[in-house]
Amino acid sequence: MFRYLIRRLLWAVVLFVAVTMVTYMIFFVIPANPARLACGQRATEECVRNAEARLGLDRPIPVQYAKFLQRLVIDRSLGQSFTNRQDINKTILDAAPVTASLVIGGAILWMLVALPIGILSALRPRSLLDRAATVFVLFGISLPVVWIGLVLQYVVGYRLAWTPNAGYCDFIDPAEFATCGGPVDWAYHLILPWITFALLFCAIYVRMIRANVMDTLGEDYVRTARAKGAPEPQVMRSHVLRNALLPVVTMLGMDIGIALGGAIFTEAIFGLPGLGRLAVQSLNTFDLPMIQGTVVFATLCIIVFNIVVDVAYAFIDPRIRLD
Amino acid sequence: MATLLEVEDLRTYFTTDDGIVKAVDGVSFTLKEGKTLGIVGESGSGKSVTCLTIMGLNSKKSATSKGRALFRGEDLLQASNQRLREIRGNDIAMIFQDPMTSLNPVHRIGDQIVEGILLHRDVSKKEARRRAIDALKEVGIPRADRRADDYPHQFSGGMRQRVMIAMALVNEPSLLIADEPTTALDVTTQAQILELMHSLQRDYGTAIVMITHDLGVVAEIADDVVVMYAARIAERAPVGKLFEEPLHPYTWGLLGSLPRLEADIDRLVQIPGTPPSLLSPPRGCRFNPRCPYVFDRCKEEMPELVASPRDSEHLQSCFLDDVTKQREAERTLASFATEVP
Repeated sequence: MFRYLIRRLLWAVVLFVAVTMVTYMIFFVIPANPARLACGQRATEECVRNAEARLGLDRPIPVQYAKFLQRLVIDRSLGQSFTNRQDINKTILDAAPVTASLVIGGAILWMLVALPIGILSALRPRSLLDRAATVFVLFGISLPVVWIGLVLQYVVGYRLAWTPNAGYCDFIDPAEFATCGGPVDWAYHLILPWITFALLFCAIYVRMIRANVMDTLGEDYVRTARAKGAPEPQVMRSHVLRNALLPVVTMLGMDIGIALGGAIFTEAIFGLPGLGRLAVQSLNTFDLPMIQGTVVFATLCIIVFNIVVDVAYAFIDPRIRLD
Repeated sequence: MATLLEVEDLRTYFTTDDGIVKAVDGVSFTLKEGKTLGIVGESGSGKSVTCLTIMGLNSKKSATSKGRALFRGEDLLQASNQRLREIRGNDIAMIFQDPMTSLNPVHRIGDQIVEGILLHRDVSKKEARRRAIDALKEVGIPRADRRADDYPHQFSGGMRQRVMIAMALVNEPSLLIADEPTTALDVTTQAQILELMHSLQRDYGTAIVMITHDLGVVAEIADDVVVMYAARIAERAPVGKLFEEPLHPYTWGLLGSLPRLEADIDRLVQIPGTPPSLLSPPRGCRFNPRCPYVFDRCKEEMPELVASPRDSEHLQSCFLDDVTKQREAERTLASFATEVP
């Protein structure tokens, strides 16, 4: 277990370095001079020269990368934004809770819906419920997130005015100038984003849970449990679901890890100041350090969640041993 | 000895997209307390479905069953789900073909046996665990108290089948249904498992229904034999009589296909053709397309299971005249020179 973790962490480091390297390349493949970008729209020659020196652009590329890595690892700093000179660490840490609120809440929502629907339609294949679930899955997978978001926003938020159209409220201690705050406002503003974000995953998970449960129902050990005289609820709980949901746990961990890096569409539609919107904004303004920052953070999320899933898996599935 | 299980004209039909599959179509047999019945037949002949029907383990949605399966006089086909659950694992236990997949991979084997005890016995968890360990010891699991905490993947195939047997016998059922319990095991392990079942039967007086496609297993363990072909019974007899004087051409084919050490032949005899589809079985006798002795009547009429004129215990379903049968039985046995129990 311990050795496995060490090995896994070493690999994570390698992966992390590789991703930062690729990200760093953006500086050089993008058809723009970073120093000029750093100086803004009316760049004077002097500013550009200063910026080149400050950013180390007059040095050879490997040295620049080494300096970037050094700053990242030792100072744990992602640098400063080109556009507003803000500290990138702080910007990302401000945006991360927004994305986390959206993703975790969305994940709870999609599991709350997908679990019962998936299980029930596996137990009653071809029933009305199963067919309705299939239609739902088809819609959920086919409809673009953007379309769902905009329609919900228009119908529920604007025409019916049941929920806010957009915006975000902090869960705890809102900023002084904020117009709203606290758990109730937070949830109220997130209802539509949660639904929008969860719908696609919900559809995918309904399909996956249904297939897994159906497969498991046909397993020999389920027949063994029935042959022992176990009542059906016990068969389901202890023998079917326990096995059928193992792969779902893996998928859930990985999906959350990926989504924590930013749910671009949902955040953009509902004006949530999360990592996805941050990434889009920094792309639009060629804010290279900020792009780098978001990519590095997303990578970290994915790596951490993958390790968490692997370790969790060893606890819930005795066949997996981490060594 | 009292009759334990009496199956009368059992029929199980499955509704599928392609039509109705008559998986069991008029099967009758009886089993006395403490005795062993062997059910022999090819894959798809209805052996397993017969037993799953008795246990009430067929899918409720697609299967319909008719006839009677009297267990100590109680018709299991009419029993409520609640009553069936009380009987399963308590009065009738079952072990399955593939020990690799029949145990739940995420539960410790001790817990899986304990589950079976707690479902039927009002004992503490501690007592249940003690009984589970005793059962494991009884089936020959070394260091049973420690192995009880292991998971199925930490056991070999033979050991897992021992665990299955321990699980089945822990509540001391009066009937054990064994669905090809040795098929997935290697030959030496097969012999050990059969010996184990045999000795447990002696100790506890458990009656056994042994489903197999291996006539060797039947010869070794069974008191009575049912030979099934295409969802029906071809021949039914006490084991000695079946091997002394087989009366059905299908049985001759089965016996002829057994490998023998002393026979100097290049190739085993095989029954030509394949078993019929149970969606649309052939008219008349189901064996007629593959039978070397077929004549006109076989293609028109379905033969009933009737007693041989010389022996009321020996039943067979074939239109051939008795003289031909006796002659062919002798011929089959002449080539089949091994010792018969």
